Amino acid sequence: MKHLSLPLSWAWPALIVAAAYALAPWLGSDYLFEAILLPFLALSLAAVGLNVLTGYTGQVSLGSAAFLAIGAYAAFNLNLRVPGLPLPVTILIAGALAAVIGVAFGLPSLRLKGFYLAVSTLAAQFFVQWALTKFPWFSNDSNSGVIDAPVLKVAGFAFATPLGRYYFSLTVVVLLTTLAWRLVCVKAGKDFVAVRDHETAARIIGVPVLRAKLVAFAFSSFLIGVAGVLWAFAYLRTVEPDGFNIDRSFQILFIVIVGGLSTIRGAFLGAALIVVLPLLLSRGSAALFGGDIDSGSLDMIQRIALGALIIGFLIAEPDGLAALVKRIAAALLGRARKPVAAR
Amino acid sequence: MFDFDYQFFIEVLVGGLLSGVMYALVAIGFVLIYKTSGVLNFAQGPLLLFAALTYVSLVERGLPAPASLIVVFAVMAVIGVVIERGILRPLANRPPITLFMATLGLAYVVEGGAQLMWGGQVHALDIGVSDTPFDVYGVFVSKFDLFAAVVAGVMVAALIAFFQYTRIGLSFRAAASDSYAAGAIGLRLPTILATAWIAAGFTAVVAGLLWGARLGVQFSLSLVVLKALPVLVLGGFDSILGAIVGGLIVGATEKLAEVYIGPFFGGGIEIWFAYVVALIFLLVRPAGLFGRVQVERV
Repeated sequence: MKHLSLPLSWAWPALIVAAAYALAPWLGSDYLFEAILLPFLALSLAAVGLNVLTGYTGQVSLGSAAFLAIGAYAAFNLNLRVPGLPLPVTILIAGALAAVIGVAFGLPSLRLKGFYLAVSTLAAQFFVQWALTKFPWFSNDSNSGVIDAPVLKVAGFAFATPLGRYYFSLTVVVLLTTLAWRLVCVKAGKDFVAVRDHETAARIIGVPVLRAKLVAFAFSSFLIGVAGVLWAFAYLRTVEPDGFNIDRSFQILFIVIVGGLSTIRGAFLGAALIVVLPLLLSRGSAALFGGDIDSGSLDMIQRIALGALIIGFLIAEPDGLAALVKRIAAALLGRARKPVAAR
Repeated sequence: MFDFDYQFFIEVLVGGLLSGVMYALVAIGFVLIYKTSGVLNFAQGPLLLFAALTYVSLVERGLPAPASLIVVFAVMAVIGVVIERGILRPLANRPPITLFMATLGLAYVVEGGAQLMWGGQVHALDIGVSDTPFDVYGVFVSKFDLFAAVVAGVMVAALIAFFQYTRIGLSFRAAASDSYAAGAIGLRLPTILATAWIAAGFTAVVAGLLWGARLGVQFSLSLVVLKALPVLVLGGFDSILGAIVGGLIVGATEKLAEVYIGPFFGGGIEIWFAYVVALIFLLVRPAGLFGRVQVERV
């Protein structure tokens, strides 16, 4: 099976990435980049990161937004305080910093499991948000922690337009996703899955459980940290600590659930749905009710829809969009094989 | 700091303990669900918001308070049954973490639904007990806090009586200790689960009204859940006693820390301090104070 599926598993993503590069200039409006593709890319990368931790290693984290914030604010400060630091290096250091803090907050995972761990990750969420608001140094003394991102510039070439920022994000996301994909394929990734499936059994057969968990926390936080840089520098351009609240953490977790736990492509499918859903809902309700519906109610309708979507997926398609797409593709290609084994 | 103000210290401590009772009130709702369903019900906060919002809206529309209260209890009972039917039953025998994520989704639905139905503005809630301090041996104690503590005490006593002396309470405990065995001897697990959710809904009403009277009935009420989580972690997810002791510890340390340590950090440390206390605690006892230690078998 492996030798058959490997070339194919490379072919499709490669094709999609090629299309994402080649077709972008013809995709038209800035709106598409600003409102859909840029958040999609940043959230996808964050979801890949969380998926490494939650999907592959089985450690639920409710503090993802904290690591987005760490990445964003670390990159901001590096850029501000270390003149002449090349942007790729800035991003790497920001990610590495997120990884270090991720390991620190991952230490409880060595003792805690399940819900106890999930709750303890909230400590990261609240602590980081508090620290960024409380200490003005992090935001260079700006009002309530708001930071403005510098122009993305690599070797004298500026990615200032939405299209440019899109290409920049796309490149970062493709590189890191490939890295994540390889990681889950090698021994380290197998260790993750062993820890998730049965920790005690894994320990008995010689899997370095503690190391696997910490590596998962580090790598996951690294990816989310870099996603935070993209979120702040390429997508929003102006961010505040409040934007990285617990709802953002849940959003990333929802992407992973809807997309499918422990699949890389699930993160992208989930992110696409979660980014597009609110836009569709607001368009749809505008078409249905005209201008009668106020933004507050719309907000609530979106919350309900999102929650219902999560419950629906967990009940009807626990392996998420990734499994759904796979089944549809198989049906379309007329070679309906055995259903995909659960994870 | 050289002449330590003991009276002030005790006042802060008592205030902290009493606010801890408020946390415990929320935490008990979680424990009821966790004991029977084995799931951390993240929707407890939104349910609390929903209960309080429904009550306030009914009263504002002219329904007398006791009637409103009965309606709210009835609504919470219906919601409990709906959750059991609509979410728990289809997800039976799935990993607890899946159930947890489903309650996250439920939290969004309930939160959105409550506000879509009753609007997002802040409502004042008066339950007839003022927040005036009065003097107990030279220490000022809030009348409202005392009332809340008494209500919590009554509720806990009622729950304990329910668990110890009624037939359904006994089957509750059977289901909590081993749901497969309970099913095998013919106990109706769906009924038990639905009852647990209804009971959690009732505690949500009580906690919602008390918290609503304290903070005003508004969206942020559902964030009370975030206050209850460290309490649960401290006390253990499956112990009512743990919820109370945990609540007291969190309430007291939080207030003391805010007053004595907070100024060094520029204040506002209440948000995360409880989590740090809980974390340090967990490193010593990973299943909380009174939680059942899970034995993992290969």
